[in-house]
Amino acid sequence: MIGLGLLKAMRVTLKNALKTPFTIQYPNKKVGIIGAAKNEGMSPLGLVATKPVTAAKAAMSMYSVPVNIPQNRRFRGNEFTWYEDRCTGCASCAKYCPLGIIEIVTSPGGFDVQEGESYAIDVFDIDIGRCMFCGLCVEACPYDALHMGTNFERSKYERDALVIPVDELRQALKQPSSWFRPQFEERDYDPFRDGAEDEHHQVGRHEMPDQETLDQRWVEER
Amino acid sequence: MNSPFLDNSLFRNIYCYLAGGSDGCASHGYDIALLPSGLEWLAFAITAFIIINVVINAALGAVIVYIWGERRILGRIQNRTGPNRWGPFGMFTSVADAIKTLFKEDIVPDEADRWLFNLAPILMVVPVLMVLSVIPFGLGTFVVDLNVGILFVIAVTSLSGISVVLASWASGNRIAIFAGMRSVAMLISYEIPMALSLIGVLMIAGSMSLGKIVDAQDVPFILVQPLGIFVFLIAAQAETSRTPFDLIEAESELAAGYLNDYSSMKFGIFFLAEFLATIVASMLIVTLFLGGWRGWEPIPSQFWFAGKTVLVLLFIMWMRFSWPRLRVDQILSLAWKGLFELTLINIFVTGILIAIWPEPTYAELWMMAGINWVVFFVSIWAVGKLLRPGEYTNPAPEVDRPAYPVAANEIPDEVTYSGGATR
Repeated sequence: MIGLGLLKAMRVTLKNALKTPFTIQYPNKKVGIIGAAKNEGMSPLGLVATKPVTAAKAAMSMYSVPVNIPQNRRFRGNEFTWYEDRCTGCASCAKYCPLGIIEIVTSPGGFDVQEGESYAIDVFDIDIGRCMFCGLCVEACPYDALHMGTNFERSKYERDALVIPVDELRQALKQPSSWFRPQFEERDYDPFRDGAEDEHHQVGRHEMPDQETLDQRWVEER
Repeated sequence: MNSPFLDNSLFRNIYCYLAGGSDGCASHGYDIALLPSGLEWLAFAITAFIIINVVINAALGAVIVYIWGERRILGRIQNRTGPNRWGPFGMFTSVADAIKTLFKEDIVPDEADRWLFNLAPILMVVPVLMVLSVIPFGLGTFVVDLNVGILFVIAVTSLSGISVVLASWASGNRIAIFAGMRSVAMLISYEIPMALSLIGVLMIAGSMSLGKIVDAQDVPFILVQPLGIFVFLIAAQAETSRTPFDLIEAESELAAGYLNDYSSMKFGIFFLAEFLATIVASMLIVTLFLGGWRGWEPIPSQFWFAGKTVLVLLFIMWMRFSWPRLRVDQILSLAWKGLFELTLINIFVTGILIAIWPEPTYAELWMMAGINWVVFFVSIWAVGKLLRPGEYTNPAPEVDRPAYPVAANEIPDEVTYSGGATR
């Protein structure tokens, strides 16, 4: 019958209107009274009784709750994670960088100065504004000192502010991405879990197994 | 000054205040000759000023709220949230948009006819505001109750075609003129079914005054006149150029149609007029077909009117979000081949019914409703059959010309084709 398709179209739109919206709101989302009460850690009735202003704002959808968007654990954010204790200042990362945006200046005299094995790192600047996040620096690091970071909220208003100075690298949260770091995935490390912060001695690769183990593994695999 | 103005409670109160009676003229029995003639006009001027301000500002506020609501609901239909950042439920978003529109640069093209270019937006919005003057918003809440209200509405709303032509011609832009021409074809075509669909209502109510029509609706006319509201709803959508018929500014075909060269608040006024026209159209539908301000007692009549208007607006939005735009030939054939016939059938049947029951009572209205619903389904089915496009066949053209090569004088003058697309 003619005209039935129009009614079908209206049914489809009505169905979609009753669904929950697909939108993921970021960096915060508007919540109602129930969400606000959950955020404040009390029951909805308690919120209305104790904080009427907050409850009224929530009822008018003016109360927002911060939202974290969980990413893949191999996510490459625009902040790097760097463990100074593992870094020898060999500058492999700077040499491998296709864009040449890592600047490293070292001077003799780190914490192992009497053995002459390590250097104090004076400058470790990464110009994140020109970085293409290829991760070659992370692959190149022989001591697993440099990792891709997971934080991605580093927008700035000026280009110069996009350079990550060494002090910021030192103080940044140690939540490395597991990109090109299989040792993280072997122990189910998830940087987006709450309080996921790794010490420098946990982030290195496994030591090489001894010859017996390797032989045994070879036999078992056959 | 005629006595009908005394029906207006605001005018009556101001008039009696100026006449010195603090009790609202109760002791004088609403006598028209209370005041010297000068003060009579003063009372009229004060009342008019207040009413015009209130009505126009309320209409503009309603447009702001309507745009917000439409964006929210459109968002939900597309599984989005819609604007929700600025103000409660994102309600200030359209306020921000209005301010942004005001502060944009106002450009008049070199080749434009300046005077007409500036006149067109005003001509677009003023008729829509004028329609508001005859609509009864509630019991005793109206600007003026014209005895030719419907005629006034139809006459005034048909001015929108002129403003479209003016805007497109004054822009000095050929694309705007293309758009203007075809949209005027649509606007004029839909004037006719829109006007004819109301004749059934007029016959049953026995009056052209919108107030009298509301009084006559013991049974809402949506039940008594199903063909009337069917045609009027579609024609009103076309007149206000909402999406199934938004030929006027079909974005995907014409950039913005006749609005191509308008910017800043002139564009804003066109935009405002479009949304205002939708609101006014739904108010008219409520007044003519849904019983107007009539409702049950504890809720004031104004709220009944507003609630019904919102319901009709929601339905119009729902239609808008669901259906694709019609092609220009489909739009015109719908108006002339479909809706025009339906209105004629409606007038014929209602005329017979009115001849049987000249002043219908409550029971007779219900009987009319039953007959009209049968007629509704039968005639929609029949007209749908007529409008249905034929099977699309495209066989190879049969050419009765000889196979080449032939001498030039042997080629027939006329070559006949048969087949092809048939409608």
